[in-house]
Amino acid sequence: MLTMMMSIAHRITGFGNAIGFALLTWWLVAISIGPNAYATLNAFFASFIGRLLLFFFTWSLMHHMIGGIRHLIWDTGTGLDKVSIEVFAWLTIISSIVLTVLIWIAGYALMGRF
Amino acid sequence: MATPLKRVRGLGAAHRGTETFWRQRVTAIANVPLVIFLVLSIVSHIGASYAQVKAYLAQPIVAVLMVALILSAAIHMRIGLKEIIEDYVHSEYCKVAALLLVTFFAGVVGIACTLAILKISLGS
Repeated sequence: MLTMMMSIAHRITGFGNAIGFALLTWWLVAISIGPNAYATLNAFFASFIGRLLLFFFTWSLMHHMIGGIRHLIWDTGTGLDKVSIEVFAWLTIISSIVLTVLIWIAGYALMGRF
Repeated sequence: MATPLKRVRGLGAAHRGTETFWRQRVTAIANVPLVIFLVLSIVSHIGASYAQVKAYLAQPIVAVLMVALILSAAIHMRIGLKEIIEDYVHSEYCKVAALLLVTFFAGVVGIACTLAILKISLGS
């Protein structure tokens, strides 16, 4: 059950990262266009919906990255027993949440730097 | 004639063999440090001015890593989304349309990001 959920989660977060890629494109294109385009983008990302979207993107990226490392380990033929799979699944869930929260704490802490 | 031997010689149903499988792993490995780089880049520039962000992205090393991330992620994304579509979309027309959409999306996003980085780093 958990294993099946993790497989689906890897696909959902992969899809989520595709939406995040569109946001990254907007960010880079806005910077290349000029200060006005960048200000519009900043206003959106500073809004509640913008922050929520970025928060979920952060988690999606972390979950997919850690889950991906799990897949790469499996490709070597190790960690395929039942216990390892369960441990990997929980490690992915917990560490992706912890990393996401840490990234956001760091972001808010560094915000006053400029 | 498609003999069983010919079929086995690394081609399979999509006629691409293990090439796609391998490419997905190569880009996955590349994406790990590149995504960490992206996250650090963004987190360290929250609240920064337009000029500061632009100056950061214009640095050659940053530009190279950004383009590397964009290309690697675009390839990885296209393969991953293609796999999802092939597993869940069964109507032939919908499948072809969705696969085209995914390929175009990956292409447009990849080209737009790369051009943006080039414009920022070559400066005007």
